[in-house]
Amino acid sequence: MQTINLHEAYDADFVAKVQEESEQNLALCYQCGNCTAGCPYTFVYDIPVSQMMRLVQAGRKRQALSARSLWLCATCESCTTRCPNNIDVARVMDVMRHMARREGYATEKGVKTFWDCFLDSMRKHGRVFEMGLVAAFVTRTGRFWTDVDLAPRMLPKGKLPFTPHDIQGKDEVRKIFERYQARSRS
Amino acid sequence: MSQALSYAYYPGCSGMGTSKEYDQSTRAVCKALGITLIDIEDWSCCGSTPAHTVDHVLSAALSARNLAKIESMGQKTAVTPCPSCLTNLRTASHRMAKEAFKEKVNALLDAPYDNTVDTKSVLQVLVEDLGAEELAKRVVKPLSGLKVAPYYGCIMNRPPEVMEFDDPENPMALDDILAALGAEVLPFPLKVECCGASYGVARKDIVAKLSGKLLGAAAGLGADVIVAACPLCQMNLDLRQEQINQANGTHYHMPVLYYTQLMGLALGLPERQLGLDKLCVDPRAILRAALNKPAKAAND
Ligand code: SF4
Ligand code: SF4
Repeated sequence: MQTINLHEAYDADFVAKVQEESEQNLALCYQCGNCTAGCPYTFVYDIPVSQMMRLVQAGRKRQALSARSLWLCATCESCTTRCPNNIDVARVMDVMRHMARREGYATEKGVKTFWDCFLDSMRKHGRVFEMGLVAAFVTRTGRFWTDVDLAPRMLPKGKLPFTPHDIQGKDEVRKIFERYQARSRS
Repeated sequence: MSQALSYAYYPGCSGMGTSKEYDQSTRAVCKALGITLIDIEDWSCCGSTPAHTVDHVLSAALSARNLAKIESMGQKTAVTPCPSCLTNLRTASHRMAKEAFKEKVNALLDAPYDNTVDTKSVLQVLVEDLGAEELAKRVVKPLSGLKVAPYYGCIMNRPPEVMEFDDPENPMALDDILAALGAEVLPFPLKVECCGASYGVARKDIVAKLSGKLLGAAAGLGADVIVAACPLCQMNLDLRQEQINQANGTHYHMPVLYYTQLMGLALGLPERQLGLDKLCVDPRAILRAALNKPAKAAND
């Protein structure tokens, strides 16, 4: 766990941006800790989810966006379900993850690479091609031993097709990504 | 149930690969129960978790392409077996209720989506539209003697404002279905805890810890099998069970079946339609041993 540096400047823009993009009123959080108590990922987080909420309230942008927690949140919705103030906490985590991605903070490289490979696969084929996804992940991370032990269990069961099943409308899917990228650049 | 039950069917990408047996058994039991599933032509991936970690409009657009297809088929309700797909489709609809968000989403699409389709899980239509009582009437081979731990996974019912189904902390739909099939349903305390989600590839330690806890709790209750309703949960608990055992120094041998596979057995469908052979921890010996025990009720 990290200590919170209270001398770092308050970034009002950051607070407003998280608030706007998540459509949540962050001032409602009174630090009861319910979200953290139910979060199954606290054991791998560097900053527990209630403290992430506190960091946003305090406008500590750099600290919040560089947290590994952002890349380890599984969006299990337990925090959102249990917050007594009806804050969609998981959405706040998601929105900070978007910002961290845009601003080049990726403190869990493996997780981000896995997600990127997933989206590349779907952009290419319209659906996810699982075998290709794992191959791409191995190539990009150099982690050759990733799940090789699982192959003998899966292959005989016909669960891992070797060839992608491209859909007819794959261009429509590709265009969704392209329009999204064009919009984010403008 | 008097009116015909008919829905557009969204299988999800894993249904074409790693959870083939879920798709297969879902289709088989729906057919046996007179529930019509209409395939959505040329459906695409909903974007799953990776898309919503990038951007909410992008994620909604990837779902909305499919919802728009369902809309143009003239269908009002779609069903999916996969809770992850369900969350994405429902979240997209939920957020598109706001006009400004809807416009941003539609700007990314070839064909706009008017937000008229409701999406439910197959589990939800089984309990709400068909009904557990109706299901019980169709059972020809009750699962009496089989001790099951019902595992819903984290997102089938949460957050409640979006999912609008069952109780977010202690859902009972799966319990009710399994009870209707005649199984002995154990009170599984971790029924909505996370299994480690898609971190199996990049961070195995997370899955070993979280899924390990689930296996331990089910074994501790004396369960014969865990019953899953989510492809990712099933994969973590079944396919990765050996990895989990190795990481934690445990020796679980716990079959993890989809609830639709057990439904199929109780409805008397042939095993080959249910894909039991596709599970990594083979459930067949355990099922035979449990189901061939003389049923208690028959003796007294
Ligand atoms: S549960 Fe809600 S109010 Fe309590 S600490 Fe978490 S975000 Fe704040
Ligand atoms: S959604 Fe993320 S932060 Fe919230 S409880 Fe789940 S893992 Fe923790």
